[in-house]
Amino acid sequence: MEKQEQHLETLQEIRSLMERSTRFLSLSGLSGVAAGVIALLGAGTVFAYLGASPFDLGAYQEIRRTHVGDGEKWGMTYSTFLLVTGSIVMILAALSGAYFTWRKARKGGYQLFDASAKRLAWNIVVPFGAGGAFCLILLLKHNLYYLVAPATLLFYGLTLINASKYTLNDIRYLGYGEVALGLIATWFSGYGLLFWAIGFGVLHIVYGIKMYWKYER
Amino acid sequence: MKHIITNLNKVFDNRLRLGIMSILMVNDKVTFKDLKDTLEVTDGNLASHIKALEKAEYILVSKQFVGKKPQTSYATTVLGRKAFTEHLDTLEKFLKNNK
Repeated sequence: MEKQEQHLETLQEIRSLMERSTRFLSLSGLSGVAAGVIALLGAGTVFAYLGASPFDLGAYQEIRRTHVGDGEKWGMTYSTFLLVTGSIVMILAALSGAYFTWRKARKGGYQLFDASAKRLAWNIVVPFGAGGAFCLILLLKHNLYYLVAPATLLFYGLTLINASKYTLNDIRYLGYGEVALGLIATWFSGYGLLFWAIGFGVLHIVYGIKMYWKYER
Repeated sequence: MKHIITNLNKVFDNRLRLGIMSILMVNDKVTFKDLKDTLEVTDGNLASHIKALEKAEYILVSKQFVGKKPQTSYATTVLGRKAFTEHLDTLEKFLKNNK
């Protein structure tokens, strides 16, 4: 029946408009993969600074003992080195993430910076910015560097859970994963870098590939 | 059967008007430009259908200045939400009865 098909089409159109006007759907899985690769490179650099192997679990206690002090290497203290590497990783990850998402939006013929994108950006910037500031204070004021990795994982996870309301809902589960890892990393303090590499590196890559497979192939 | 069809709200007898309402149902306040970009229509076309919805008192218009530029945004009224929901219910019933 013709009338029926027409109504069905109308309903589908309504649903799509409701989705599109509230959620930013151009987020690309490749953004996640790129961020993950950059995070792994960053973690690798820190392991190199420490002169440790990420796979030698016994060595972690040794790292703790030798680097609690203010020993310098490559002209930087551990705190400064962490801060510099962390900032570079964040900036590169955000830039590459933005690039792949921009590419996907262009391909789909969507506007990149519409109302839904602004809403998503704001809902990422606020919680993650708070987390970033929190970590800076931990590092610079209290020298509690061993809490930085768990704290970034926790704040990032909560940011994703919050942001999932404004973009592809899938990133909510990535958020749960990051929060769980953050809590485990808080418990096993000293292994923060390893958990950080798993959370920001491995989880991002796995999730990015999964989302790419689901929406962009 | 026939009375269900006649129950369909005449104001919504247009895809664009349904589109405008769909967007306003899930957003607190939407600017003219955002409506235009999402629906991909011309200014004149959008304006005339907004006027129709406004006349039916289904949407509220508010004007404010952002910097020096005037900005018009739209939101649904209680009456509009009710009418839209009823319209969808009718469509749904119609589809169910014809299965």
